[in-house]
Amino acid sequence: MSDNTKDQILDFVRARYPQADIDESQDIFALGFVNSLFAMELVMFIEKTFDITIPNDELKIDNFRTANTMAELVGRLTPARV
Amino acid sequence: MTTLAEIAPDTLQVTDRTSARAFVDTHIAPYADAYDRQGRVPEELLERMTAAGLWAPFLPREAGGAGMDLVTLGEVHEEVGRGCSSVRSLLTVHTMVSWAVQRWGSPAQRERWAPALSRGDVLAAFCLSEPGAGSDASGIATNVVARNGGWTLNGVKKWITNGQRADLFLVFARTATSIGAFLVPRNTPGVEVTPIEDMLGTRASLIAEVSFRDVALGPDALLGPSGFTAGMVLTGTLDLGRYSVATGSVGIIQAALEACAAYASRRTVGGSLLKDLPLIQAKLSDMVTDARAARLLVAEAGRLKDAGEASTIMATWVAKYFASTAAARHASEAVQIHGANGCSPDYPVARLYRDAKVMEIIEGSNEIQRITIAGQAEREII
Ligand SMILES: Cc1cc2nc3c(=O)[nH]c(=O)nc-3n(C[C@H](O)[C@H](O)[C@H](O)COP(=O)(O)OP(=O)(O)OC[C@H]3O[C@@H](n4cnc5c(N)ncnc54)[C@H](O)[C@@H]3O)c2cc1C
Repeated sequence: MSDNTKDQILDFVRARYPQADIDESQDIFALGFVNSLFAMELVMFIEKTFDITIPNDELKIDNFRTANTMAELVGRLTPARV
Repeated sequence: MTTLAEIAPDTLQVTDRTSARAFVDTHIAPYADAYDRQGRVPEELLERMTAAGLWAPFLPREAGGAGMDLVTLGEVHEEVGRGCSSVRSLLTVHTMVSWAVQRWGSPAQRERWAPALSRGDVLAAFCLSEPGAGSDASGIATNVVARNGGWTLNGVKKWITNGQRADLFLVFARTATSIGAFLVPRNTPGVEVTPIEDMLGTRASLIAEVSFRDVALGPDALLGPSGFTAGMVLTGTLDLGRYSVATGSVGIIQAALEACAAYASRRTVGGSLLKDLPLIQAKLSDMVTDARAARLLVAEAGRLKDAGEASTIMATWVAKYFASTAAARHASEAVQIHGANGCSPDYPVARLYRDAKVMEIIEGSNEIQRITIAGQAEREII
C-alpha cells in the first residue's frame, strides 16, 4: 500500500495522541490508549478518507494494530482503479 | 380502538422541520401535560407517528426509510422534544436501535428488522443500564454464554425507555471476551417486563425493568462484530442517542422560551408587564441566546455525521453537554418567571423543569460529559 495511506493514518493517530511516539510498525494497542471512542473515530476516519466500507469481518484488532496493517486493510478494500 | 388505517389518511408526513412542527403542534404539544399526568404516551399517538413516517426516516429508502439526512433528523427530534420529551425519548431509543441494525447488521438482520423498524411495525428499546451499572458500562453483569450454536442470555436491565411497549430489545451483555449487542424480540421465552412508574421526568416514556432468564437466542441475535470492535457498536449507538437527546434539549429550551415570552407579555406585577422588568429580560435574553447556540452546536454535530467525519463524536458530546445543561438552567428559570403558576399543572413549565433534569443524567451524565470533553481538551489547541 502506498506510503501516502500510511502517512495519512499516522497523521490522524499522532494528532490524537501528540504525546506518543508512534511509527508505522508501532502497535497502538500496546500503548494502552485506545478506547472505544478512539476505535470508532479511527474506523470512521479510514472509511471517510479512503472511501471504503469496512465489513464486520474485517473489524478485527489485528487489522488496526499498526499503520502498516491499517494501510494493508485499506489496500484490500480499495477496488483496483484502472 | 382507532386503527392506523383510520388515522393515516389525515396524517401529515413529516419530512422536515416545518412539517414536524405542524405535526407536533397538532398531535403532541396540546396533550403533553396529559401524557405526563397519565404516565404514558397513548397507543393512538404511536400509530399516528407511524402514519407520519416519524420512526426511522433516516434509514435508506431500500430499507423502508426516507433517506433523511441527520441534520434534518435532528431538527425533527428538536421539534418533537419541544412538544414532549417523553415522545422524543421513545423516538431516541427507537432511532438508536434502527441505526445500529442498519450500521452493524448482517444483510439477513437488516432484511428482517430494518423495514419493520422504519415503518414502526416493530418498536425498539435500548438496554444497557442495570441496577448495578449505569455510567460505567464495563460494569454490566448481564451475560451471554454460547450454547447449541446460539446464545443463552441472563441478566436484568433497568430504566429502559419504551421497555413497556417495545417489541425488540437491543441488549448489551458480557460475552466470554468482551461486551456484545444482542437483538432480543420481546416475545422470546424468559423475557419479563416490569413497568417503572412515577419517574421525576419523561414520565410518559414507558420505562421498565426488563429481565432475561435463560433466554435462548439464535446465532443471528449477535449484532455487529465481536471482539475489540464490539465496543464500537455501543459507542456508535450511544453517539446517535446523545445527538437525539441534545436536539431534544434544544427543544426544551425553545419550549421554555416560548412559554416565558407569552407569559411575560401578559402577566403584570406592580403595574408593569413582566417582560419590561430588567431581571426578567435578562432571563429571556439568555434563553434566546442559548437556544440559538445549542441549536448551532447540534447542527454542526449533525453536519459532521452526514459527512462521515470522525470529529462528529466529540462534537456531539459538546452539543449534548451544552444543550442539556442549558435546558436544565432555563427550565428552572421558566418556572421562576411563572411564579406559583409555574409550580402548578396549569402551565407546561413544571413538566419542562422535570424533563430537563433527566437530560443531565441520560446518554452520559453531566459528570461523564465533562470528563470526556476534558480528556480531549488538547485537541482544541489550534
Ligand atoms: C428517565 C430515564 C430514562 C433512561 N432510559 C434508559 C434506556 O432507555 N436505556 C438504558 O440503558 N438506560 C437508560 N437510563 C439509564 C441512564 O443511562 C443512567 O441513569 C445513566 O447512565 C447514569 O447511570 P446511573 O443512573 O447508574 O448513575 P451512576 O453511574 O451510579 O452515577 C451516579 C452519579 O455519579 C456520577 N458519576 C459517575 N461516574 C463518575 C465519575 N467517574 N466521576 C464523577 N462522577 C461520576 C454520575 O454522573 C451520577 O451523577 C435512563 C435513565 C433515566 C433517568
